[in-house]
Amino acid sequence: MLDKNGIAKRIAMEVKDGYYVNLGIGIPTLVANFVRDDISVEFQSENGVLGMGPFPFEGEEDADIINAGKQTITTLPGASFFDSATSFSMIRGKHVDLTILGAMEVAENGDIANWKIPGKMVKGMGGAMDLVSSAEDIIVAMMHTNRAGESKLLKRCTLPLTGVKCVKKIVTNLAVIEIDPEGFILLERAPGVSVADIKAATEGTLIVEGDIPRNGHILINLGRISSINYTLHFIHNIRDNFTTIMRF
Amino acid sequence: MIRKTVSNVEEALKGVKDGMTFMLGGFGLCGIPEKAIAELVRLGIKDITCISNNAGVDDFGLGLLLQKHQVKKMISSYVGENDEFERQMLSGELEVELTPQGTLAEKCRAAQGGFPAFFTPAGYGTEVAEGKETREFNGKMYVLEEAFKADFAFVKAWKGDEAGNLIFKGTARNFNPCMCGAAGITVAEVEELLPAGSLDPNQIHVPGIFVQRIFKGEGYEKRIEQRTVRKRA
Repeated sequence: MLDKNGIAKRIAMEVKDGYYVNLGIGIPTLVANFVRDDISVEFQSENGVLGMGPFPFEGEEDADIINAGKQTITTLPGASFFDSATSFSMIRGKHVDLTILGAMEVAENGDIANWKIPGKMVKGMGGAMDLVSSAEDIIVAMMHTNRAGESKLLKRCTLPLTGVKCVKKIVTNLAVIEIDPEGFILLERAPGVSVADIKAATEGTLIVEGDIPRNGHILINLGRISSINYTLHFIHNIRDNFTTIMRF
Repeated sequence: MIRKTVSNVEEALKGVKDGMTFMLGGFGLCGIPEKAIAELVRLGIKDITCISNNAGVDDFGLGLLLQKHQVKKMISSYVGENDEFERQMLSGELEVELTPQGTLAEKCRAAQGGFPAFFTPAGYGTEVAEGKETREFNGKMYVLEEAFKADFAFVKAWKGDEAGNLIFKGTARNFNPCMCGAAGITVAEVEELLPAGSLDPNQIHVPGIFVQRIFKGEGYEKRIEQRTVRKRA
């Protein structure tokens, strides 16, 4: 079974040379830590920055430079700032190559729900609806089941939708799954996880064809980490490398 | 040169009334018009509709207007950081219209640029599109969204000049440029107000034609919501 970093590591393998990538809040943010060093990638944050870098050194925080999670950040050489309308022109206009975001539910037809639990939680969709309606490539990073142990990979979403028929791939703690008109196609299983485990945790139609490779060995052979990625490596790795001071 | 300067925030907000609709720039607490918000609180005007990406935190930004129950309706994309907001919303005191972030920005830009409406793919097939016209273009479905109509836009820039030209810093730019000229009167507050001719015309982000009133704000708090740092190696 993969932990959150493991999921991020596996998704990082989907990031290709020359990609502009939008990372959602949570597990997706961790993906920046694991992108290979021999490729060029720029991270976009929808509040208006392209070329996002790591957190600033203590004392160098700038209230005017934050990411979509409202965290203080820095920029890398080649970065740019822009207004919100321009930011979403990049997104809706398909200039951003890959969107990685979290979800509460994904349906076997590619529908996604991640912004509202009626009567319980209404925080808003932020940029998620714009992202999922436009991105060429959408990968969902999430746990296979919710806290109550119920499957998050469903025949049909039960929560209010964020977007329809848009998710292409899902990476969970248990599996890597591709969305197909026929259902969820099982591509890989996480270390120590059987096909039966994945079947049991998937409410939607799970298509299993042939031997399903275990993705553990792939993860161990990840590329080296360059100086820039080395810095990115530390983004959000709060426990080990960061001091997070929540002022309020 | 057409002079846009006013001497202070009181003068800048002349004409704001109960029941009006305001656009307020900012993303989280980054690039918010701190001085205009403080003046709206002081004036105590009520039943206002706020178009703003977020709703501030409990004790800063738009949260200050919510605390005083001055807001009738919020039009935002994400409102997660404010407990008082959530309480007022769940109790029905506050009307909330959640709008996808890109749609929110474009509804401002459309108002600024004279477009009554536009088609966007965002929200198609979700409750956001309920009751709205949808149409297919090149095999993909889009939702018709209308431009905002607002009485005042309150924006915050880094530098400005007497002619109302604006320059922003970092991600404090966000929604601010989209809101300039998108309301009846645009009020810009700046950290640095310079004589005309001081700013390089090549570097202007928003031309002064989109700004009716400009003033210098003193002592910006610029509160950080999530102070994240890394240790020096």
